[in-house]
Amino acid sequence: MPSLKDVKLQIAGVGKTKQITRAMGMVASAGLRGAQQRIERFRPYANKFNSMLSDLAARTEGASHPLLDNRDEKKNVLILLITSDRGLCGGFNVNLINDAIKLATSKEKEGKKVSFICVGRKGRDAIKKTSYVLLDAMTDVMGNLNFQVATKLGNTVSHTYTEYNADEVYLVYSEFVSMSRQVSTTKTLLPIIPSVNESNESEVEYIYEPDVTTLLAELLPRYLNVQIYRGLLDNFASENAARMFAMNNATNNCDDMIASLTLLFNKTRQAAITNDLMDIVGGANALQSQ
Amino acid sequence: MAQLRLEIVTPDQVVLSTDVDYVGAPGVDGEFGVLAGHIPLLTALSIGTLLYRIDNVDKLAFVAGGFAEIANNKVTILAQAAELAENIDIDRAERAKARAEERLSKKQQDGIDIARAELALKRAVMRLDIAKN
Repeated sequence: MPSLKDVKLQIAGVGKTKQITRAMGMVASAGLRGAQQRIERFRPYANKFNSMLSDLAARTEGASHPLLDNRDEKKNVLILLITSDRGLCGGFNVNLINDAIKLATSKEKEGKKVSFICVGRKGRDAIKKTSYVLLDAMTDVMGNLNFQVATKLGNTVSHTYTEYNADEVYLVYSEFVSMSRQVSTTKTLLPIIPSVNESNESEVEYIYEPDVTTLLAELLPRYLNVQIYRGLLDNFASENAARMFAMNNATNNCDDMIASLTLLFNKTRQAAITNDLMDIVGGANALQSQ
Repeated sequence: MAQLRLEIVTPDQVVLSTDVDYVGAPGVDGEFGVLAGHIPLLTALSIGTLLYRIDNVDKLAFVAGGFAEIANNKVTILAQAAELAENIDIDRAERAKARAEERLSKKQQDGIDIARAELALKRAVMRLDIAKN
């Protein structure tokens, strides 16, 4: 049996851990709220952008642009992997990294060369340990995420693509479905295959300025940025949701542990009292019988 | 006067959504004006000043390039960045201007950086112009 003092110390220790996990959970839930607001604010832009692009694409079928170029021979694959900078968020990063590596191995089996661009420290560290080429890495951007980050990434990606260092580009990120569900998702970034919206029966005939092709050429690189930004925002929300969930679990586990340790403490205390009593009674009996 | 709906949307927020009488926007091929009943138009925008008129009062906003869609008496501006005149951060624009000028004075960098600095300078000067008007 452990001594009373040991149990008391253990209870205090678990109590402190609980304080930390609870604080981290609260920080994550605040972060999640911010991330969700960002997604809400970005949605009007993204929706408008998508409808504009699909409308333009419908009018410019067969248009050529470097980012639309669907190459016949695909030798190089680029994977853009988004993870978090910090851990303590359950299986969040592990799932993302596993998915990315699974994709990389399957592409490598087809005889393609795979390289990576990583956002987030966890992903970068994991890819560094593999034999894949790490082209670029960005860390600590999640804290003050803005569109510039996406633009920078988009420029790097499209540059790699147009220089023929990549023939297809994938984005691996965690899609934020709900508070309790985040799905690690793989999306094709390049070549861009615009979703032509047939049902929208182009009831209005637009005037285009300067002209359709130039407009499309302006829109496409930004479309890439929009896609990446959406991935970043979703990933940030997912990370916080995952961390909140993990930390709430940890706090609950701490409660359970404290309960069982308190029980042990009481039992130990009682056993000690019983022992003492037995000693006293034994002593008294011995005195009487003399 | 017939009204138009003006919406300025950026990736970070909806900057403005209001009914106006007139919109003047900086198109890539030159400035253009929109009144109610304009035919549908889709155009790219350059860095410049967006003017909108509510009850005969002209108001200004800064637009850092993007696109404008005009359909059904609704003007949607999709901009990389946009600010209303009263929300422009003058200090920040001054700093950006100084930074861009410094970069331009050191010419030994490669072409991309110079082009970027020129754009940054243009944005900064434009912001200052609007804010001081």
